[in-house]
Amino acid sequence: MKKPLLEFTDRGIYCSRANVYIDPWKPVENALISHGHADHSRAGHKKYITHHRNLPIIRHRLGAIDASGMEWGETFSRNGVVFSFHPAGHIIGSSQVRVEYRGEVWVFSGDYKTESDGLCEPFEPVRCDSFITECTFGLPAFSWQPQEEVLSDIKAWHATNQAVGKTSVLFAYSLGKAQRLLAGLGPDYEPVYTHGAIENMTEVLRPLGAFAPTRRITRETPSDALKGALVIAPPSAHGSTWMRKLVPYETAAASGWMTFRGARRRRAVDRGFVLSDHSDWEGLLSAIDATGATCVICTHGYSDIFSRYLREVKGLDARTEATQYEGEGNGESTVE
Amino acid sequence: MKAFAELIRTLDATNKTNAKVAALAGYFETAPDRDKVWTIAILSHRRPPRPVNTGLLREWAAELAGIPMWLFEESYHIVGDLAETIALIVPSPKSPEVPDKSLTEYLEDIIRLRKMEEAGKKSYLLEAWAELPYYPRFVLTKLMTGGFRIGISQKLMTRALAKATGQEEDLLAHKLMGQWDPAVISFEDLVLRTRESDLLSRPYPFYLAYGLEGDPADLGNPEPWVMEHKWDGIRAQLIQRKGNLFLWSRGEELITHTFPELERLAEILPDGTVLDGEILPFPKGQIGSFRDLQKRLGRKTVSASMLAKIPVILRAYDLLEWQGEDIRDRAYSERRKLLEKLLAPLADSPEIPLDLSHQMNISDWAQAATTRQEAREVRSEGLMLKRKDAPYGVGRKKGDWWKWKVDPLTVDAVLTYAMRGHGRRSNLFTDYTFALWDEKEDGSRELVTFAKAYSGLTDAEFREVDAWIKRNTLERFGPVRSVTPLHVFEIAFEGIARSSRHKSGVATRFPRIVRWRKDKPMEEADTLQGVIELIPET
Repeated sequence: MKKPLLEFTDRGIYCSRANVYIDPWKPVENALISHGHADHSRAGHKKYITHHRNLPIIRHRLGAIDASGMEWGETFSRNGVVFSFHPAGHIIGSSQVRVEYRGEVWVFSGDYKTESDGLCEPFEPVRCDSFITECTFGLPAFSWQPQEEVLSDIKAWHATNQAVGKTSVLFAYSLGKAQRLLAGLGPDYEPVYTHGAIENMTEVLRPLGAFAPTRRITRETPSDALKGALVIAPPSAHGSTWMRKLVPYETAAASGWMTFRGARRRRAVDRGFVLSDHSDWEGLLSAIDATGATCVICTHGYSDIFSRYLREVKGLDARTEATQYEGEGNGESTVE
Repeated sequence: MKAFAELIRTLDATNKTNAKVAALAGYFETAPDRDKVWTIAILSHRRPPRPVNTGLLREWAAELAGIPMWLFEESYHIVGDLAETIALIVPSPKSPEVPDKSLTEYLEDIIRLRKMEEAGKKSYLLEAWAELPYYPRFVLTKLMTGGFRIGISQKLMTRALAKATGQEEDLLAHKLMGQWDPAVISFEDLVLRTRESDLLSRPYPFYLAYGLEGDPADLGNPEPWVMEHKWDGIRAQLIQRKGNLFLWSRGEELITHTFPELERLAEILPDGTVLDGEILPFPKGQIGSFRDLQKRLGRKTVSASMLAKIPVILRAYDLLEWQGEDIRDRAYSERRKLLEKLLAPLADSPEIPLDLSHQMNISDWAQAATTRQEAREVRSEGLMLKRKDAPYGVGRKKGDWWKWKVDPLTVDAVLTYAMRGHGRRSNLFTDYTFALWDEKEDGSRELVTFAKAYSGLTDAEFREVDAWIKRNTLERFGPVRSVTPLHVFEIAFEGIARSSRHKSGVATRFPRIVRWRKDKPMEEADTLQGVIELIPET
């Protein structure tokens, strides 16, 4: 039997013909990186190749690394294998990785969402024979509202809290979700106060989006200024002493997990906004459909359930492969 | 329905008691009377019986969503709530408008639905699901499948209603107790009007004790206190008024007919008497096991053999009404004296199924501690400490009554299986099965399942165990995973009895996790043989 073009090894997804790994989780020589979240872009590789918009992100996170940037659709070859990056619509600079050898095409999805968020390059379906897909929200229980509706809910929540003199603290992952919210609120929105972790990442990405004005919360920030304001903070700030300054406040989380009433209560936030940078059930199915792939490999998420559905209902050659990307795991705060 | 769904959403959205009461009071001030009656009924566990069995609900929801049944079931295991699963998977309507139909109309539908043919039920539900937006859809389905777990106790609901109607909370609690049918009673009759004839069967709210956590010496001088055993049965209130006898459980169920042997007390007790006490299994003139008493519950008719095998008595410990007068405000010592006087003539009649719970004075706390340690020997769960000068309160209150239970039995057991939790713990593996070492005669040993437990760890610990389970799964059986036996947990339980239904041969009562014994290798977990020695001799 001939060797598959991409294999799942203990270091990561590997193309042996080109000696290239995609989003490897252990140090390797050549790493193609789909996007800047920590579980996909790890430290210690010799050489990083990624979309150029992801370069400032991973440089910010990983420091001085040997990295080069590519355009969408730009190709490069190694030992006859052709590689290219295509928009995944997950966060700024997020890509799918296309791999072609002698007419056979594989695509690694990275993390992706099919809805356009107006900030990052929208997801582009890429025809392929084999599709390696994430399925973080691969259950029919997940169905996203249009972004506009969620944003108007968030604005209404902020206005309600403001009217009674309360601070609105919105928890969002510092890379991706925070900038999506800031862009969604738009440059005309009133100043949004930010936790240092959010502000640092937003500074890196500011040239790439039209964000609501932000103000970093520091020791010097007077607590009066925070009264009634909208504050964006990473989930890890919840329950920490950092929050003391914000009293009185209402809390909310923006995440796909907020679909479940239990998840909101578990995180002990007052309000949950269902907003995800991953695809919902229909999004995953339509993306897979658009690839035309006959072989689908499901990685992180509800992979067993999702691949069974693809096999039994969609008639695809679908299976699960274990990776170290965070899907179902404890990733409720870090996955998105 | 729109306002009710919004109420539920608001109650569900806050963890703050005051915000919950304010939201409920606001609803009670504005909702139509009929809807108010139904809301009170729903929040006090009086929803109409389930109109459709949940198997059909699942099937129809899966059909509407266009997904196979196994996928519905998998989703249900992950979401952890049936109504929520159904509401999430069926497609949302194009229009976000909620149909203009009241809560009462939906509940009348639910009552009618129960008597309809299957086809009629199905077409009603498919239509309702297809036209209701997500949240009202969830609420309607929940009305048909189970209670809302939104942190609203009957007490909180009563407080909100008192706030909205300007009535006294205690009186209102009294009115809402007992049997009334939300389909026919008016808000006026249920809440606003006070009629003497209504009060004939009505019990008083039970006074509940908090568990004593610290040292009883913190209560100070023992002189104002008395103690008695905490009997392991069913808390009940026996009412004798105008020749009628009523027996109420703490869950506000009228259980007179479940215990027909107590009906003869009508001939013995004078009218205008209300006793608070414990129903105890009493075979052969001694307290039996709680497991046997459970066999008496939930039966429409009690067979003669059951009556002979597991007879019960009422062991009284308080007198709430005497000669037709509510004496709850009097000091406990005074109520107790009246109770002793009332029951004194029965002392020589062991065939009458009513006796007095023995009261003990406390000379010092060390003596009380000794009595507590010996509680299991007299089949009690520990001690009740009561202030002599205290009135009989309403609901759970701190200060005058304390339960001081015996320390639970504990064992160290090995985690072997895990299942996803429900409610706020859905999607996390928090329901665990534990095993003990079964030592064979040939000296070999193997792990045998012993108990399930799903509480006792902190959220952070649950997350840690959950992450470990996901990395150490051996096999999956639907929602259940078997895991590599490795971790040892200390499990506490209140009682243990022999059981032929369990592979280990023992059944425990209220098993829960005390701590994660990270320090203990699994080889040092307890043995089944050691645990069997804890079973009391019968």
